[in-house]
Amino acid sequence: MFDNLSDRLGGVFKRLRGKGRLTQADVDEVMGEIRTALLEADVNVGVVRNVVERIRVQAVGTQVSEALDPGQQIIKIVNAELIAMLGGETLKITYASHPPTVVLMAGLQGSGKTTSAAKLAAWFRSQGRNPLLVGADLQRPAAVEQLRVLGAQIGVPVFSIAGDPVATAAAGLAEAQRLGRDVLIVDTAGRLAIDTEMMQQVADISKVVSPHYTFLVVDAMTGQDAVTVAKAFDETLAISGVILSKLDGDARGGAALSVKEVIGKPIAFAATGEKIDAFEQFHPDRMASRILGMGDVLTLIEQAEKVFEKDQAEATAAKLMDGEFTLDDFLDQLQQLKKMGSLSSVMGMLPGLPKEAKDAQISDDMVKVTEAIIRSMTPEERRKPEIINGSRRTRIAKGSGTQVSDVNKLVKQFSEMQKMMKRMGGAGGKGSGKGGKGSGRGGLGAMFGGPPGGIPSGDIDLAAALGSRLPPR
Amino acid sequence: MNNSSLPMIFLLLAVAGLVFGIGVVAISRRKARAVPQIQRATPVAPVVTPAASVIEVGGVVEAVAAAPLSVRDRLAKARSSLSGAVGSVLGRSEINDATWLELEEALLRADVGVRVAQSLLGALQTRVKAKEITTPAQLIDALRSNMSSQLVGTSRDLNFEANLDGPNIWLMVGVNGAGKTTSLGKIAAQQIALGRTVLMAAGDTFRAAAGEQLSTWAERSGAQIVRGAEGGDPSSVIFDGVQSAHSRNIDLVLADTAGRLQSNTNLMEELRKVRRVAEKGAGKVTEVLLVIDATTGQNGLQQARQFTEATQVTGVVLTKLDGSAKGGIVFAIETELGIPVKLVGLGETIDDLVLFNPTEFIDALFE
Repeated sequence: MFDNLSDRLGGVFKRLRGKGRLTQADVDEVMGEIRTALLEADVNVGVVRNVVERIRVQAVGTQVSEALDPGQQIIKIVNAELIAMLGGETLKITYASHPPTVVLMAGLQGSGKTTSAAKLAAWFRSQGRNPLLVGADLQRPAAVEQLRVLGAQIGVPVFSIAGDPVATAAAGLAEAQRLGRDVLIVDTAGRLAIDTEMMQQVADISKVVSPHYTFLVVDAMTGQDAVTVAKAFDETLAISGVILSKLDGDARGGAALSVKEVIGKPIAFAATGEKIDAFEQFHPDRMASRILGMGDVLTLIEQAEKVFEKDQAEATAAKLMDGEFTLDDFLDQLQQLKKMGSLSSVMGMLPGLPKEAKDAQISDDMVKVTEAIIRSMTPEERRKPEIINGSRRTRIAKGSGTQVSDVNKLVKQFSEMQKMMKRMGGAGGKGSGKGGKGSGRGGLGAMFGGPPGGIPSGDIDLAAALGSRLPPR
Repeated sequence: MNNSSLPMIFLLLAVAGLVFGIGVVAISRRKARAVPQIQRATPVAPVVTPAASVIEVGGVVEAVAAAPLSVRDRLAKARSSLSGAVGSVLGRSEINDATWLELEEALLRADVGVRVAQSLLGALQTRVKAKEITTPAQLIDALRSNMSSQLVGTSRDLNFEANLDGPNIWLMVGVNGAGKTTSLGKIAAQQIALGRTVLMAAGDTFRAAAGEQLSTWAERSGAQIVRGAEGGDPSSVIFDGVQSAHSRNIDLVLADTAGRLQSNTNLMEELRKVRRVAEKGAGKVTEVLLVIDATTGQNGLQQARQFTEATQVTGVVLTKLDGSAKGGIVFAIETELGIPVKLVGLGETIDDLVLFNPTEFIDALFE
């Protein structure tokens, strides 16, 4: 897949190492890499142009510290800029004083409106509200049926009548009032932004229900067209926010940035999985590092928080650092890790992993095999794998239905991991513990050679070089 | 077990161990709060849908067919920042930096991707330097013909083997919302119009009401349909479909599958199995069609890679090209991965799914 920005800039600065002063061409190259990274993340061309210019200006305005390497500094600037762009005012849902609070869903075909409508309904329920779903997508065969099935799953009633979508929406509003539901979510048919007739229809629906919130559902995989679509829908419907769907894939999701920049409306929610509760309020900071391809460590930590007991996690970390980590602990860890979701999704969130690791296909079946091998060992063998001799190996292999070579490999890998952990524990462990998340990240990066580090920066006059590109003020 | 991947598990665990260890410590210190054991809110007692308020939608609005437009007309409708750039490039008397920038941005706007755009323009830059190309008009022509030459020469016919013992099986795959079920319905209607007998296998057992959606298409097109239970095993539904088609002497099985994101290893594994099991009976998979939405950006290339790896994709169906999106990513898919675009969706009616014509596709971009 694409290189992340950190790798890209790492490559540039490696070549620039030892250079006394950055030339204009060097600066252009740095900006070029940022541009490419953003374009590969599907950020709109026009938006990229503006962003890169703003980053250039900011890079100049920032005091370049001698202690930090320039690559990391640039990344910090880019990251901060993206967060600022994605964030700004967040959408806070306030409920109508005369219920129901009406929510209208709109978007292209296949963007995920119906699923998002149901997920949003589930979210409202979790906030203690009583939503009613209205199926006004009478275009796609069985769209209402889909909504009805999803509604039944989450315990939210669904209303729809055959015929006219506008009439359905109006009747839905009356039904919500009759039933005393305090939130009304209207699902509409997918439509192309350039289809004037269909855009008129959704405008009519909007008129009869006068929504408090109109959400545009945007597929995270959308390319350059996201901007055109968002503009058209915003002009017709006055969008109040965006729901970013299918964010559980490996798309960088630059569309989020483009849409936010062009229509200036916040990304309110993100759909992060197939399950109905895989739906959360949007986090600009995580999206920024995702767009730059730098992992999503915050989400990972949050998920870990949910499944791991804090004390246990601390104890495990300490054991790891001290090299007292046994195969039993490892097995335990595997169980916990499994609760966090599929291994591949966990991998995807880790920053600074080498390319080979990201590309490697890690299936959950392999965990099963690993578990089987460890479970076929005696408690003593798990504590001291070095006692495993030929006959024990054969027994373990038989017990777990694997080959002797598999057992060998596991034991060998485990001892290597122990060594590595000991080394890390000795070098950076204590610092990481005190310094918190930031230094933790650095430690990991250093471990895997991710973000470029250790480039002497004093000899690169970044600010001066960047300044030379600016028009005289 | 996959040997090379074993170390990766350890690597992953090591990292994950550290991340959560350090992360939890950091967060708990920073916020000085207990670790919440949040159970995602799942409603315990589902409210029974009030029967009176639900009225099943009986009739489905049939999209009204307007007078058929040519592919070119329709693409022109959504045309085209590229043509805008072309106008601007042609308006200059010489080829300069702005020319290159405009052309590059135009290609990028069409979603062809940075790498493809740069390689297309890089080749031309060499020729401009060598004075082979001197005027903007020549440059545009050269770009157009370079792009065309990379697309023509591939067979785009849907592969149907007439002399098989069992049915031909065409498998539809793709991410969620790309338009698999709709495309399948349209292909069924077209194949039936060609005089073939068609059976649909409703292999999307995951999405709520996907089976109903396909049933509607079966009724419309006069195809037969085999459905399984919602949440059932898609492989067995498709296998049953193939067996049933064989016993009824049906020519073609169109197998639908649930949309899935290519990064979901387990679901891709399921798809691999679907393809394998589909051929366990009498039939043969003669076409695996990857359905890609024209609005898809650079992720489309990754989709094509992963789906091909799992199911040996034989062709691309590019849907929703009647919108404002250009679908340029299929140019990258075809030139970089060698997977031909076979069908293009230009609207809602059955006739709007047409054979991909590369010359018209590119011409429309340049007009």
